[in-house]
Amino acid sequence: MVSEYLLRSEGISKFFPGVKALSNVSFTLKQGEIHSIMGENGAGKSTLIKVFTGVHKMDEGSIFFKEEQIDLDSPQSAQNKGISAVFQEVNLCENLSVAENIFIGREPKKNGRINWKEIKKRAEQLLLTRLNIKIDVSKVLSSYSTAIQQMIAIARAVDMSSGVLILDEPTSSLDKNEVKQLFKVMKSLKEEGMGIIFVSHFLEQVYEISDRITVLRNGQYIGDYVTNQLPRKDLVSNMIGREWDENSNHKEKQFKNLKSSELLLSGTNLARKGSINPLNIEMRKGEVLGLAGLLGSGRTELAKVIFGIDKPDQGVLYLNNEKIGSLNPKSSIERGVSFCPEDRKVEGIINDLTIRENIILGLQTKKGLLKYIPMKEQERIANKYIKLLRIKTPSIEQSIDNLSGGNQQKVILARWLATNPTLLILDEPTRGIDVGSKQEIRQLIFDLAKEGITILFISAELEETVACCDRVIVLRDRQKIGELQGEDMTESKIMDMIAKGDEIDETIPS
Amino acid sequence: MKQYLLKFTRQKIFWPLTALALFLVLNLFIDPGFFEIEIKNNHLFGSLIDILNRSIPLVIISIGMTLVIAKEGIDISVGSVLAISGATAAAIMEHQNIWLALIVALIVGIVCGFWNGLLVSVFEIQPMVATLILLVVGRGIAQLITGGQILTMDNEIYSFIGTGFLFGFPFPIYIGIFVFLMMIFLKKRTAMGLFLESIGNNMTASKFAGIQPKKIILLVYTICGLCAAIAGIIVSANVSSADANNAGLWIELDAILAVVIGGTSMRGGRYFLGGTVVGALFIQTLSTTIYSIGINPQIVMVVKALVVILVCLMQSESFRRSFANMGKKKVSYT
Ligand SMILES: Nc1ncnc2c1ncn2[C@@H]1O[C@H](COP(=O)(O)OP(=O)(O)O)[C@@H](O)[C@H]1O
Ligand SMILES: [Mg+2]
Repeated sequence: MVSEYLLRSEGISKFFPGVKALSNVSFTLKQGEIHSIMGENGAGKSTLIKVFTGVHKMDEGSIFFKEEQIDLDSPQSAQNKGISAVFQEVNLCENLSVAENIFIGREPKKNGRINWKEIKKRAEQLLLTRLNIKIDVSKVLSSYSTAIQQMIAIARAVDMSSGVLILDEPTSSLDKNEVKQLFKVMKSLKEEGMGIIFVSHFLEQVYEISDRITVLRNGQYIGDYVTNQLPRKDLVSNMIGREWDENSNHKEKQFKNLKSSELLLSGTNLARKGSINPLNIEMRKGEVLGLAGLLGSGRTELAKVIFGIDKPDQGVLYLNNEKIGSLNPKSSIERGVSFCPEDRKVEGIINDLTIRENIILGLQTKKGLLKYIPMKEQERIANKYIKLLRIKTPSIEQSIDNLSGGNQQKVILARWLATNPTLLILDEPTRGIDVGSKQEIRQLIFDLAKEGITILFISAELEETVACCDRVIVLRDRQKIGELQGEDMTESKIMDMIAKGDEIDETIPS
Repeated sequence: MKQYLLKFTRQKIFWPLTALALFLVLNLFIDPGFFEIEIKNNHLFGSLIDILNRSIPLVIISIGMTLVIAKEGIDISVGSVLAISGATAAAIMEHQNIWLALIVALIVGIVCGFWNGLLVSVFEIQPMVATLILLVVGRGIAQLITGGQILTMDNEIYSFIGTGFLFGFPFPIYIGIFVFLMMIFLKKRTAMGLFLESIGNNMTASKFAGIQPKKIILLVYTICGLCAAIAGIIVSANVSSADANNAGLWIELDAILAVVIGGTSMRGGRYFLGGTVVGALFIQTLSTTIYSIGINPQIVMVVKALVVILVCLMQSESFRRSFANMGKKKVSYT
């Protein structure tokens, strides 16, 4: 009998101390199918994938590969079956070359020795033909951006898999073109008869690429659906377990009159070699200012300069009408400027520490080395934000490492909220976060602004920028090319501005 | 109850503590009077007290080393700093007051540690290389101070530090406890523990959180130097002489081992002061045991290495798991 299912699982359960990450989950994957797994942060998606790849051993249940029961007790055993995966957090070796990363552990050999020439050639070929990217494969991995690193991880997995390919949130750090490229690869692999499991928080992507969708909630299997028979609204309702109204996102936005509000920050001629060209920026109290532009346009770079992680080498910055002399993260935090960075894994979380410690870290540096926050107070703060941001964890003393990606993001957000900022810089605060939480974070931004907190908001999703911001600065090639506000601030106008480009904002000093 | 026991076995300190207990019991077979403690004119005597007393310099140095290792660093110059501090105290005491000698000896330790910290934090030299400088040069400096001889000291107060008794216990033990409590205070009552563990674990994220790593690194190496100086005073006071060549020779290796056995990872991050103390006591017990069994001194190092490897392996979770699975596999797969 030809088996219908490439991969089938029954009644999978996985327990972690204090958490039932998966309970009685079934899942099926057909040959030549792209199957999405959807669910809120912490629903158990990554855990399920880790069970399929032998990283975690399940506590209950059985897995069948081509209808034959298999025992996945190590990553090797999964690999031998041709199951390969790209995990949510890129796990390549930063200081090895790209080529080595792709072939590590399965180097082509010649006369018993590793054939470096062959490795290089094949790596180049693989990246070019499969992903259409051309890079120097002998350079070390860390010299490439996160997006490229992600593509390299995908290339490795694609090259290794021979039946099942699993991609856990591969697109969260890719731009539109890269996603398109990835989808092309996925489609051609599908034609070749491969089964692909795909996890993403982007509904559009899921609807564009997948044939079926399995929904998980709180570690429970909710159902599996044929994609084009499942309306979005139902999908989201299934994920969050309550009715969901897409339009509440776009609820009538009130344009605040901020002209009368006091000036909080103003920078003139701010610049840093290699990251931003001279520009002026002003922010008023209670304003939500967006930075829009493509990846690498200088959004994050500008934020880093304002926070003082990168020092400007030109220009002056005023905060509350006070000229700022030395700019560094500690003094910025003391002045009430907080920066929630985009790269959660590298710039945000401290792996070894508990959730509590991660949350109070920013406030502690604000207070200084000697004024240690009493334990009771630490616990109060941590619990407060866990409740406010609905962070899913059995205890505040869990290692942050055990949290799912989106919940880690929330912990970092909590760290910065806990410092009571007057200016909060949010760089991609909703990346890798499920729709429900996204909405909550947007609501939070509105509430904070209402309290008079000024927010500098950066997002790759224009729709989100427009929904959240009062005003937006558009950047391209490290230049400020314009500002939009009020009725003028629409996705299409921003896109136009980015695309057109020759006219440069008058206010920029030459 | 069983749960508590299980929980306890998962603690970092469980394996070094077990190893230590095992060795103490082993000693009972070699010397039936091992656990006996006598009271002679209000002083406690016995093998246990003896081991405890003799391990204090290593305990103190290992505590300093723990902080350095928590920040993915290492300080291999502690033995040399120990020698310098002893030499300084001895040299000053020849002409000056003992208190001045003590203070200057401690300051010298602070300066040495600060120097190491400067090289590592400001000049960003790799810790191993940076502290290698003082390891090599340090003994030369100590010799310069002693004029190439073994300086003997003749001062009652000074020798009390090394050999005196207070409330029945040898005085060095109090110094050890004091240093330990100070470090616990720094870890639990100031933010130093948090900051140190966080830069040891993720430097970039710590900078984003506003921690100033350079300051913490400077502080940590300075403390390590100070600890070495305190140990130097105890060592020289114990024998009432300062030996620039041999005082504290190879102690850096024992200290690093003590830290690792105690559960602090060389990769930095979380650090365990209690574990370090147990680790240092274990190493001292091991040395004592090896000598009392009468193992050929030439293979002492090998025996030491074997035992240490064993303890480290038992600590490694993946080793324990594969060890435990060895027996199981056959059963569950039939
Ligand atoms: N190694 C672990 N130890 C303890 N708990 C874990 C571990 N890995 C995941 N969890 C918990 O299991 C749940 C599911 O997480 P995960 O599968 O990562 O969710 P997601 O659907 O967002 O990928 C979460 O509550 C998470 O905190
Ligand atoms: Mg996940």
